[in-house]
Amino acid sequence: MPLDQDLEIKKFKVIGTRVRRPDGVDKVTGRARYGADTSAPGQLVALVLRSPHPHAIIKKIDISKAEKLAGVKAIITSADLPDLTNGDRAMLDILENCMARKKVLYDGHAVAAVAAIDATTARAALKLIKVDYQILPHVTDVDEALKPTSPVIHDHIFTDGIEPKPTKASNFNKQAEYGHGDLDAGFAEADVIIEKSYKTEQTHQGYIEPHSCLASVSPDGAAEMWVCTQGHFVYRNQCAALLGLDANKLRVTASEIGGGFGGKTHIWTEPLALALSRKANRPVKLTMSREEVFRCTGPTSSTSIDVKIGAKKDGTITAAFAELRYHGGAFPSNWAEFGAMTTWACYDIKNCKSLSKDAIVNRPKTAAYRAPSAPQSCFAVENTIDEVAKAIGMDPVELRIKNAAKEGTKSSYGPVYGPIGIGATLQAAKNHPHMKAPLAKDTGRGMACGFWFNFGGQTCVDLNVTPDGTITVAVGTMDVGGSRASLALAAAEELGVPYEAVRVIVADTSSLGHNDMTDGSRGTFSSSMAAVFAARNAITILRERAAKTWEIPVDDVEWVDGEAKAKGASRGNLAPLTLKDLAKGAGGTGGPIAGHSEIVADNAGVSFGTHICDAHVDKETGKTTITRYTVIQDAGKAMHPSYVEGQYQGGAAQGIGWALNEEYVYGTNGRLQNAAFLDYRIPVCSDLPMIDTQILEIPNPHHPYGVRGVGETPIVPPLAAVSIAVTNATGVRMHHIPMSPPRILKAIKSAKM
Amino acid sequence: MRYETPSTAKEAVSLMAKEKGIAYILAGGTDLLVKMKAGMIEPDLVVDIKRVKGMNEIKKGAGGYSIGAAVPCVAILENAAFVKAWPGVADAANLIGSRQVQGRSTMTGNMCNASPAADSVPALVAAGAKVSIAGPKGNRKLAVEDVAAGVGRNNLKKGEIITSIDLPKKAAKSGDAYLRFTPRTEMDIAVVSVGVNLTLDGKGVITKARVALGAVSTTVLLVKEAAKAIIGTKLDDAAKANLAALCSAACKPIDDKRGTIEFRTDVAGVLARRAAETAYARAGGK
Repeated sequence: MPLDQDLEIKKFKVIGTRVRRPDGVDKVTGRARYGADTSAPGQLVALVLRSPHPHAIIKKIDISKAEKLAGVKAIITSADLPDLTNGDRAMLDILENCMARKKVLYDGHAVAAVAAIDATTARAALKLIKVDYQILPHVTDVDEALKPTSPVIHDHIFTDGIEPKPTKASNFNKQAEYGHGDLDAGFAEADVIIEKSYKTEQTHQGYIEPHSCLASVSPDGAAEMWVCTQGHFVYRNQCAALLGLDANKLRVTASEIGGGFGGKTHIWTEPLALALSRKANRPVKLTMSREEVFRCTGPTSSTSIDVKIGAKKDGTITAAFAELRYHGGAFPSNWAEFGAMTTWACYDIKNCKSLSKDAIVNRPKTAAYRAPSAPQSCFAVENTIDEVAKAIGMDPVELRIKNAAKEGTKSSYGPVYGPIGIGATLQAAKNHPHMKAPLAKDTGRGMACGFWFNFGGQTCVDLNVTPDGTITVAVGTMDVGGSRASLALAAAEELGVPYEAVRVIVADTSSLGHNDMTDGSRGTFSSSMAAVFAARNAITILRERAAKTWEIPVDDVEWVDGEAKAKGASRGNLAPLTLKDLAKGAGGTGGPIAGHSEIVADNAGVSFGTHICDAHVDKETGKTTITRYTVIQDAGKAMHPSYVEGQYQGGAAQGIGWALNEEYVYGTNGRLQNAAFLDYRIPVCSDLPMIDTQILEIPNPHHPYGVRGVGETPIVPPLAAVSIAVTNATGVRMHHIPMSPPRILKAIKSAKM
Repeated sequence: MRYETPSTAKEAVSLMAKEKGIAYILAGGTDLLVKMKAGMIEPDLVVDIKRVKGMNEIKKGAGGYSIGAAVPCVAILENAAFVKAWPGVADAANLIGSRQVQGRSTMTGNMCNASPAADSVPALVAAGAKVSIAGPKGNRKLAVEDVAAGVGRNNLKKGEIITSIDLPKKAAKSGDAYLRFTPRTEMDIAVVSVGVNLTLDGKGVITKARVALGAVSTTVLLVKEAAKAIIGTKLDDAAKANLAALCSAACKPIDDKRGTIEFRTDVAGVLARRAAETAYARAGGK
């Protein structure tokens, strides 16, 4: 749907205002229902038995003793989850991740699950299940996994993207290449060439709410599930397919969500809860512990990246190359390819290329984490660009402005850009007071810019006018970042009613058509577009009802400020019909009034941001304190500026945590050492300064209000901005994320030697 | 599992002594309940000592302060006279967990849990504190540095419980300090920690010193040689360098998820120097 023609002159009534959030009171008072807050009569408690080994053959599982324990109602293993995927290897991978089949592939991989009358019984039952493992050699490091000497995890993986296709199985599942131009010619033109290697460690989304679901399968084959998810329709489709249920008979209701950030776009234990419920013929509640969340859900990739950039003395980047090695955990993925697509996206570079290598390691399946794969590649690229600026003696902002992509630039991953905001965010950064503020002792400043694609996808919205003339809106795309407020704003804007007259809910899977999950920053972008459509469809009906009431042609009725008005000089005596009037009379004019919209929201509009960071480093201990942080990002149109600012701040906060302390620590035994918030250190409030934000609005031509997705881009630049700030504070380039105090102190000491 | 709430120490001792299964004392519960919830321990008996007479009190006697075993950290922090007398011990209480955790957690529990990284221990060791123990065979006292036997193990015998932590009378012209290193500002656990307690003469020369290091060995270390190195000095640069070097030398740390041997060894010296500077200033030294 195109941008409204008159957007330039359009004066919004409620869009862009900071209305009260609809879910706020329930969330701060504890009334809101999250995943574990729904219960059913007679429900059982489920627990999962997980592998302590990173890689082993399951020789035998003996559940006989556990089955005999009083209070145990069902036990399942992979034998209870037959392969119904009909050759769909990707679906079989999902099933195999939910429950190990012939082998366990990572520390924490599920091998069996128990449903019992209470947690104590379930725990006792887990201890009675005997698993006979044959331990295999394992690999957890991405570079090690790609070596020919590495233990091979899957014997059916032959590298894609290499000609001829290898005949020997390996952990190297895919190679891809993006870019254009002639690298050799470009590097030949350069006055300065900088070549560096970087590493980033694995991080978790760190959502506060653990995964939880309540599953209830009836003997007649109908089932219900209440679950914390970013996409209940996708959960329904996948669970139904894996368990052999008809999708229409599995009704899934999404709970409120205590954070997802991509980690709740995949199914993990939900098929197990359904299978247990089916076997026990009782409702089953399955809630993960925090340890399980860390060990067995979907963290991001750890990476290893090489970057080479050539530039002229005037700052023109003549050539750029990157090789990116990421992993998908224990299953094939394309995370490195995603990274490669983002590598040079901020810049207009004549000769650029990125080569991706996706690997498989003995770690949990990698899931999306907010702009997945982009922060790591941004870290490597922006540090190298910072070094180029230093080498040629140019201001790093000026260097980026000189090479920034613009409307009409052919991006490194293929498409030609429409109107974009990278140049504007860089200019805003250059002029921001933060950039000129004096720096305290041992404090450095860094800046970096980042990119994310954004996504649109399928969305359904039903808008209903109630008999009292208020509005209900039902959407199937989960609200993870405030989309209910934005949808209410869109409906209110179109209908000409107050924001408070609209109430939005996320409907269950039996109430609407398929909706994609909330990923790719698509929630507000796609749902608000559908809400605009639905409201406009409802207005058509409202006008028809007014026309019928007045017995005049519908073309002579217009909808203005929440009222139907008759057009034409001869109709001056017809008093406008309000929404309330039409709602009240609906029974006599054709029945309930509604507007529907089912769309694929294409052209989400790419998003760019520039961040500025000040970091103080205690050079005797390596401890970093972020003293000031500014996020500047293009939002297209900020429908609700407070939510947009919240997204900017949240992404920066997560990025700062990733940059400084968050990291999966694996022992040489292949076991995760820090599966708890004590030793997996996300920042607490007192670790962060107030994060300043600046919203730029360069309208997306493919949304009626100009909206772009804003949720993911804010996590892209922080790794780079923080590391460059630390480098400027210490004088030592940091090549390894996170920059934990031991790593910084070691780098400072090494530089002194 | 049985849950008991005795009203006297004698009763508590008797319950603990008689229990044939796994028995734990519950004070604040900030370690015990977490371990139970995680399935790490499954006690047969939990003896809650919060209702034991006197265990919730901070008393000041002729000998010095006595902190009941069930006194939560916030109660210590809200006792202005105590904070003024022992700012280092108070700093330690103020660093355990977060304010919410401090509302429940006790220094005695922190000590009995016997983590080498326990925040309250180095400060109490530096202060020269002892614990009062009640047991089936009578009462006894033990120096705080002798409570832990190893990681997660303490020297209390079957049926014994700590009833209070007893600090010596605060000496004139003395001051203490506690510093720890954590990557985060709060909700974290010490990677290295140092407690220092100094007494000065009228000229600002250190006459007595105690230095304790946490998280660099299986138990908190009392580093006598480091203390000796600053006694007789006005904490000049050379004394501070000696202190730092001797503290680093005393470390027997491990590489783990929280830090490396190299990092802990280096930072122990840095923190010892900084803590000594604070303690010296608090003692009135210039």
